Amino acid sequence: MTHPSHPRINSDLLRPLLQTSWRFYLLVALFGSIVVAALASWMTQMYLGFGISGIRWPVYWGFYVTSFVFWIGISHAGTLISAILRLVNAGWRRPVTRCAEVITVFALMIGAMFPIIHLGRPWLAFWLFPYPSERQIWPNFRSPLVWDFFAINTYLAGSVLFLLLPMIPDFAVVRDKSTGLRRRIYGILALGWRGTTKQWHRLETAMQIMAVAIIPVAVSVHTVVSFDFSMAPVPMWQSTIFGPYFVAGAIFSGIAALLIAMAVLRRFLHLERYLHPVHFENLGKLLLVMALLWGYFVFNERLVVYYGNEPSEMAVFWRTQRESFAPLYWTMVVCNFVVPLVLMGIRWFRTITGCVIASACVVVGMWLERFLIIVPSLGHKYLPYSYGIYRPQPVEIIIAGSTFAAMALLYVLFAKVVPIISIWELKAGEHTPPDLIPPATEEHPLGELHL
Amino acid sequence: MKAVYGLYADGSSAQQAVNRLRAAGASDRDITVMTAQPMEDFEFGRMHKATWMWWFACAGGLTGTASGLGLAWLTETSWPLDVGGLPIFAWWPNLIITFELTMLGAILATAITLVITARLGRRSTFYDPAVSDGKILVGVAGPPESAVAGLEAALAAAGAEVRILK
Repeated sequence: MTHPSHPRINSDLLRPLLQTSWRFYLLVALFGSIVVAALASWMTQMYLGFGISGIRWPVYWGFYVTSFVFWIGISHAGTLISAILRLVNAGWRRPVTRCAEVITVFALMIGAMFPIIHLGRPWLAFWLFPYPSERQIWPNFRSPLVWDFFAINTYLAGSVLFLLLPMIPDFAVVRDKSTGLRRRIYGILALGWRGTTKQWHRLETAMQIMAVAIIPVAVSVHTVVSFDFSMAPVPMWQSTIFGPYFVAGAIFSGIAALLIAMAVLRRFLHLERYLHPVHFENLGKLLLVMALLWGYFVFNERLVVYYGNEPSEMAVFWRTQRESFAPLYWTMVVCNFVVPLVLMGIRWFRTITGCVIASACVVVGMWLERFLIIVPSLGHKYLPYSYGIYRPQPVEIIIAGSTFAAMALLYVLFAKVVPIISIWELKAGEHTPPDLIPPATEEHPLGELHL
Repeated sequence: MKAVYGLYADGSSAQQAVNRLRAAGASDRDITVMTAQPMEDFEFGRMHKATWMWWFACAGGLTGTASGLGLAWLTETSWPLDVGGLPIFAWWPNLIITFELTMLGAILATAITLVITARLGRRSTFYDPAVSDGKILVGVAGPPESAVAGLEAALAAAGAEVRILK
C-alpha cells in the first residue's frame, strides 16, 4: 500500500494554499497598512529632505543603519542554519529548513533597503554598482561599502536559489492537487518536474554544493558588515574581534527569529503534527549556546577596551556602562544573556512558550546591541568638536518599526502561495529504516525524530 | 507508442518491477522511475547517480575568481585613485570581491547545471499525478511495438496496474 502518511502530509501542508480564511485577509490588511504608512513616511522624507530625520552631525548613522545591521543579522537564521543542518544530515531539520530559508531572503531584502533609505537621494543608489559610466569612474573597491554590495548580493542570490530549488518538487505536488488557473500557474513554476531518480539526484547534489558554498558566504556577509565599523577610526570600533562578534550575534538573532516564526506558524496554520516540541528544544539549545558565545564576545570586547584605557574609548565605554546609554546597555545584557540563560538553561523552561519569550527578548536585545555599537561611538569621537546627541525622529521610528510588519506581511503572503514546510523532505524523512524509528506516540505522531 | 508504465504502492514492488524490466531486456537508460521523494533505501533510487555537477561548480567558481580579479584590476587601473597610501591594486581588499564572485560563480553554475541536466523546463514524455500521492511509477518511454507485450507482462508481474500511453 502507499505510505499512509503521504496523503495526510499533502492535505495538511496544502491546506493553507487551497483554503483562505478571513484571518489571512485581516493580517494582510493590518500589516499592509503599516507598510503603506512607512512608505508614505519615506516619501515625505524624500520630498522634505533628510532634515526631518534625527541624523545630523556628528551622528550620521542612526536608526537606519542600526536596522540595516539588525536585519542582515536576522538573515543568518535561515540559509546558514539550514545549510549546516543539511550538511550534517540532521533529521530534525526537515520541517524547519524552509521556514528558516524564507526568513533569510526576506530579511536580506528588508536589510538591503536601508542603505537606500539612508541615502538623501535614493534614486542615485546605482552609483554603487560597478557599471561602465561615461567618465569611467568606478566604485572604489577598497571601500567596505562596496564590499557590502558584493557580499549581500551574493548571499541574496545564493539564498534565493537555495530556497527556490527545493520548492520545485513541492510546486509539482500543488500542480497535481489543484485545478484551473492555479494548476496552470503551479505547472509553470514546477518546470515540468516529474520526480525521476535522475532529477532527485541532481537536486540533492545541487543542494549539497550550495550548502557548502553558502556557509562561507554567510560568514563573510556579516564579517563584511562588521568591517563597515572596524575599518573606521572611531572609538570602540577598531577592533579585530568585530568580525566573529558580528557573525555570532547574527546567528544568535537569526535563531531567535526562527523560533518566533515557527511558533507562530505552528499555532496559526495548525502544524502541531510537524513542528514538534523537540524542534523547539533543539533550537532552544542552540540559542543557549549562542547566548553564551555572545556573552563571551562582549566580555572580551569590554575587557580589552578597559585594560587599554585609551581616553576616547573609555569615554564611550562609560557612556554605555553607567551614563546616558546605561539603561539601554543593561537592558541589552538582560535580554541577550540573562533571560536566554535562565529560560534555555533550565530544562523545565525550555518549552515552546519559554523559547518564544527568550527569542523575543533576544530580538529586542540584538537590536539594542546594534544601536549601542553605532550611536554612542559616533556621538563621542576623539575631539570635543565632534561630540553630539542623536534624537530619532518620527519618520525614522515609523520606518524602522514598520520593517517588522513588512517581514510579517511577506511571510504571510509566502505561506499562502508556497507550502511552508517542504513536503518532499518531510516524506523523505519517513523513509528512515524502520528499526531506527521508535514507535509513534500520541505526542509525536511521526515518531521521535533523530539528530 | 509513448510509454508503458505501472504504478506501485511501495518500494519493494517497484524494485521488483525494475528487476523484471531488466530481465525483459530493458537497459537502465530506458527505465524511468518516478517517486514523490528521493528513495535511496532502494537500488532503483541510486540509478543515474553519476554527475559532473561538482566539476561544473568548480568551473563556475574559477570563472567567478577570474571575473573578480579582472573587474578589480581593470577598474582600479582605469581610474588610479590614491586611498590612504594603499597600492592602486591592493590584494587584501580585492580578495573580498574575488571571494564573493568566486562563490557566486559556483552557485550560479550549480543552478544552471541542475536545470540542464535534470531537464527542467522541458516538455515531458509521460507522467502520472498519482506519483504525488506516493505511488511509485516504473516504466519505459517510447518502447518499440514489438517489446510492449514483454514489458507489460514484466510490470504486471510485480503487482501493478499497467497503463499504456499511445
